[in-house]
Amino acid sequence: MNIIETHGLGKRYRRTWALRDCSLAIPAGSVVALVGHNGAGKTTLLNLLVGLIEPTEGSASVLGGERAGSPAALDGVGYVAQEAPLYQNLTVGETLRVIASLNRRWDQDQARSRLAELGIPLNRRVRRMSGGQQAQLALTLALARRPRLLVLDEPLAMLDPLARFDFMDTVMAATSRDGVSVVLSSHVLAELERVADHLVLLSRGRLQVAGPVRQLTAVHRVLCGPLQSAGRLLEQVPAVHVSRTDDQARILVNADIGKDGLPEGWRAQPASLEEMVLGYLREPDASALPEAEAQSEEVPA
Amino acid sequence: MSAITVNAAPAIRPVRWLRLAWVGWRQHRLALGGAALLLVGVSLWMLVSGLQMRSALNSFGLNSCTPLTASSCSSQETVFINDYYSGAQVVVGVLTVIPILIGALVGAPLVARELETGTFRLSWTQGCGRTRWLLSRLSLLAVAVTGGAAAVSVLFSWYYQPMLRLGQASRLAPQIFDLSGVAFAGWTLAAFAISVFAGALIRRMIPAIVAALAAWSGLLVAVVFYLRSHYLAPLTGTGLITSTSGTGQGASWLLSQWWIQPGGLPASQSEIATLSSQLRQAGGLPTAQAVQQWFAEQGYIKYFTYQPASRFWSFQLIEGGWLLLASLLLGAGTVWLIRHRAT
Repeated sequence: MNIIETHGLGKRYRRTWALRDCSLAIPAGSVVALVGHNGAGKTTLLNLLVGLIEPTEGSASVLGGERAGSPAALDGVGYVAQEAPLYQNLTVGETLRVIASLNRRWDQDQARSRLAELGIPLNRRVRRMSGGQQAQLALTLALARRPRLLVLDEPLAMLDPLARFDFMDTVMAATSRDGVSVVLSSHVLAELERVADHLVLLSRGRLQVAGPVRQLTAVHRVLCGPLQSAGRLLEQVPAVHVSRTDDQARILVNADIGKDGLPEGWRAQPASLEEMVLGYLREPDASALPEAEAQSEEVPA
Repeated sequence: MSAITVNAAPAIRPVRWLRLAWVGWRQHRLALGGAALLLVGVSLWMLVSGLQMRSALNSFGLNSCTPLTASSCSSQETVFINDYYSGAQVVVGVLTVIPILIGALVGAPLVARELETGTFRLSWTQGCGRTRWLLSRLSLLAVAVTGGAAAVSVLFSWYYQPMLRLGQASRLAPQIFDLSGVAFAGWTLAAFAISVFAGALIRRMIPAIVAALAAWSGLLVAVVFYLRSHYLAPLTGTGLITSTSGTGQGASWLLSQWWIQPGGLPASQSEIATLSSQLRQAGGLPTAQAVQQWFAEQGYIKYFTYQPASRFWSFQLIEGGWLLLASLLLGAGTVWLIRHRAT
């Protein structure tokens, strides 16, 4: 079952396309890292997935075929928006009651015990809480709904490093315990590397890289060697990005290149998720997308 | 072509309305409390002042004075009117603006505050869905403000009754009509609906309040000065207009009047005014009635158009009906905006 599936998804605001031609098929149980520059269309994609906005073209479904934004989809998708909006005038306990009343399923025990672990008292006003605590409360609300898909838009931006770690621990516990699938957008690449098994990279409203992290790292290598022989090598390999220092060059290549056949002084390293993402972010015209297998499933609307 | 298979997905039982309504109450109780305070305040004022008026009526003997035109009655009546009429006009003035005060207070934040603070991203992604979220609080608050206004307008009808009885105004007259029957509740509901819609359209609370105030006041002015007198074709009458002439025009709503000269030509109101002041100065015709009598004897005929007081409830139902319809349309417009446009 695909927890997320989009076909030619696009959203236009007046004249500009915030997102276009986005086709994704992400299996249930994935933890998807959504990365890209500011304004690349990350929030637009997430808003389409949770049904806050309607697509201009194409379609988006979640939870195995439920149209994004439909009652069934809303019921099973938990969402923490950017900056974790909450009702500032309510207390934590009132917030729980309000959100509980807006949902069919609600796990009050889980919510309370999580807040107790975090040391957030129920009688505290939301406006008196730190940004980190508010983000934790927002996550608690989303998880207490027992979603099958958790969508997090820049959840780490408001958090200090330790809180980031705790936050992601909670998310990962939910995935391993309840099999929740997760999509999160973030600029904190190190944190994504720790948790993500799926990568979606957007650039100027288009998909640039998409696929399982393991598969992507398997077909990417970083070649390191002396600068003077780099030019010749670049003619032979599918380079994504080249970074140069005084006398050394590092080439990110989209190919499973072994040590054999490399010129004198060059070595091949596995590409880390972070290096891969940075390479593609610097080269918006390069791309690594799965063969368009989704095309065959496409049905006329 | 493959057959469309409608998988009998286990029907999701939606979140119960009562729980959604509770959330609406919880999040708007402050605004509702403010509105209630306003209504209770003005009600107490009317209650106290209305009781005073009644005891004064008794002590002046105006309750048993018939006919009211008898000179012994009319002098007492003048004293009573001097004492209480201006106070009643203040009540009328305050009540006139209460619908938009309450409507904007309760209605404008309903959607606009969510959009302004970004919390719509929280509330509209919950399991109930945004349509039910909106409908539940929209109907709860609409019923609350309309009900409150209806109760106050019943009290107003009681309060103002002595003034009507003494012939100070027609029940159909602008202002009095708006505050009684179902019209007051209708105007309050309309103010609420306009405020909610403006909030959804403009997405910010203060500009939405300003826009709602302008739209509602404009509508009220248009209705009072142009629209209302055309609900039913006005009647034309001739002869004297007196408060007790018993021809059904007693407390009717006078729309226009003109004269026909003995030669059959119409006379303008200013010609008549000049003539009657000359007559008065010449003496012998002390009262306005006597002047009219003299005109009638000379062969002048007075014509006037009016809406009879007996049409009060027809007019109330017409006005209340279209205000209700307009409010429902605005509500539907708000739902459409929230579903398709607001984000």
